[in-house]
Amino acid sequence: MLTAHKQDHPLAKDFTDKIDGILTAHDNDPTQIVNILLDVQDLTELHYVPEPAAYYIAQKIGVKITTIYDCLTFYSSLSEHPRAKYPIQICNSIVCRVNDSDSVFSHLKELLGIDIGEVTYDGRFTLESVPCFGACDQAPAIRINGKVYGHLDSHQKVLQLLDTFI
Amino acid sequence: MSNEIRFITKNFHEYDTSSIDSYIGIGGFKALQKAVSMDGEDIASLIAKAGVKGRGGAAYDMGRKWSQARAVPGERKVIICNADEGEPCTFKDRELISNDPFNLIESMIIAGYTVRAQDGYIYMREEYSHLRPLLQKAIHQTEAKGFLGKNILGRGFEFNIHLYSGAGAYVCGEGTALIRSIEGKAGRPRMKPPFIKQSGLFALPTCVNNVESLSIVPHLLLDEKNFYISQGSGESIGTKLVSVGGNVRHPGVFEIPFGTTVREIIYNLAGGLQDDRKLRLIQFGGASGKIANSDILDTPYTYEDLKKSGVTVGSGAILVIDDRTSVLDFLRITQEFFSHESCGQCTPCREGNLHIKLLLNKLAKGEAKHRDIDTLTKIAKIMTMSSLCGLGESAQNALLSAMRVFPETFDVGGAE
Ligand SMILES: Cc1cc2nc3c(=O)[nH]c(=O)nc-3n(C[C@H](O)[C@H](O)[C@H](O)COP(=O)(O)O)c2cc1C
Ligand code: SF4
Ligand code: FES
Repeated sequence: MLTAHKQDHPLAKDFTDKIDGILTAHDNDPTQIVNILLDVQDLTELHYVPEPAAYYIAQKIGVKITTIYDCLTFYSSLSEHPRAKYPIQICNSIVCRVNDSDSVFSHLKELLGIDIGEVTYDGRFTLESVPCFGACDQAPAIRINGKVYGHLDSHQKVLQLLDTFI
Repeated sequence: MSNEIRFITKNFHEYDTSSIDSYIGIGGFKALQKAVSMDGEDIASLIAKAGVKGRGGAAYDMGRKWSQARAVPGERKVIICNADEGEPCTFKDRELISNDPFNLIESMIIAGYTVRAQDGYIYMREEYSHLRPLLQKAIHQTEAKGFLGKNILGRGFEFNIHLYSGAGAYVCGEGTALIRSIEGKAGRPRMKPPFIKQSGLFALPTCVNNVESLSIVPHLLLDEKNFYISQGSGESIGTKLVSVGGNVRHPGVFEIPFGTTVREIIYNLAGGLQDDRKLRLIQFGGASGKIANSDILDTPYTYEDLKKSGVTVGSGAILVIDDRTSVLDFLRITQEFFSHESCGQCTPCREGNLHIKLLLNKLAKGEAKHRDIDTLTKIAKIMTMSSLCGLGESAQNALLSAMRVFPETFDVGGAE
């Protein structure tokens, strides 16, 4: 099997220990890849699966590195690139759009001084435009690290919310 | 509130969802006890007699599905609960999981008993990750009480439930894609046959059901007064959860008897339009659903009446849009969703979504000619007829129905 070893960015021991813990919790089962990657991503401060970690997992559970990257690139909730400490996901689907999510976008862009896909200088925030996450009854809504914040229908509310992260 | 009913949602707010004892206190697992005293075939025919149709979108006869799944030969079989709920404006399964997790677990055990499956998987979208601890805890407590595991209720049957998380792909709600995702692959749909019921997860016979479809079963088994079948109208028996959203005052999930009119749902239950604005359009069943104008308001919400009015129940979503959004802007936003979610592996869907997006942009800029509208129609029809999976087949339902209901949107005047 082709499981190339990438050793140019050695992983810190405490990180590999944590990955090992996740793999054990998933019985080292290669069919659990998607959920393993979600858990590993949660370990990192910038919410992504670093390349050395991807190689490490591939080797440990005996799958090809291409399988790992097929998943990392296919699934929107998985990222192979560093994101931010608080990736702000703004819903771009219809219910939020007809409830003026455009204003939420522009308030956030203005307050943070970044555009969609950019990261603030301190690495804390990034803006992501994502499809409906099932909080349509709280439109317009955003999601930060798994938590939904809804009814963001004023500049004031967006500002207050951001304040809680600073 | 008028016309709201509690049958599927009977247990909401009646017990502490973090405690199995609390659930047992309100009669939890009585349906399972009853089920194991019955023959599996009788359970399937009870569901068939109640006319339950799958609530995930395809409206397939559920009793028949269980009866077929039971009949498929196989030492080991699998039950999958589809909790991917990816259709925009659909959030009813979220309410069922968060307000009544034990009922869902109980129904899966009953499903396992009925079709002779040993393993059940709940495939829940990543976007509902906040519900994972609740559901995981409920599963652990059910194991500890012996309702999951080996020799359940001393009846010698075994069943286990595994919780699996999706990772942000709408297409994984499609059965074959969902299965590939649980197998540890990218969730690209595959050609059928082989059908899932014969060769599904890990090539085992597999029965996939939506959260709401499953949630009905325990209540139905204990419905001695035949309340469920007394509700509804025509061929649409019983009650249904609808999720109403958009420009309404009180968006939310409501349980209604089939036959409630669309007007009653929107104006009585969801509080009518924000600021009493004028209704522009209603989309039924999520982004993959068809649209209607205000003519549909007095139509009873049943499978057959909606069909006569040119739309379908689909996922149970009802999206209400007022006159601030144009039909064309609605279509462009919907198109963005499909362009993003197409897995890209088959040509009609990958290329079709791209070109329809470009043509809609051209139309919005006032640059479209007659031949562009012809191309738009042609591509939409080709996608519907020749895409590999339901995503590509249904992506242009909104557009094609808009062409019928709002022809003026596509009127490009004299432009050749
Ligand atoms: C692109 C696509 C997405 C789907 N998403 C869902 C979903 O999120 N939830 C669901 O229950 N069914 C979904 N379905 C329908 C399922 O494939 C399947 O018909 C359903 O889960 C069967 O359960 P039911 O008979 O109880 O409705 C989807 C279908 C397609 C083609
Ligand atoms: S129809 Fe679309 S989503 Fe389905 S397989 Fe083809 S490209 Fe993928
Ligand atoms: S449309 Fe925004 S959360 Fe559903």
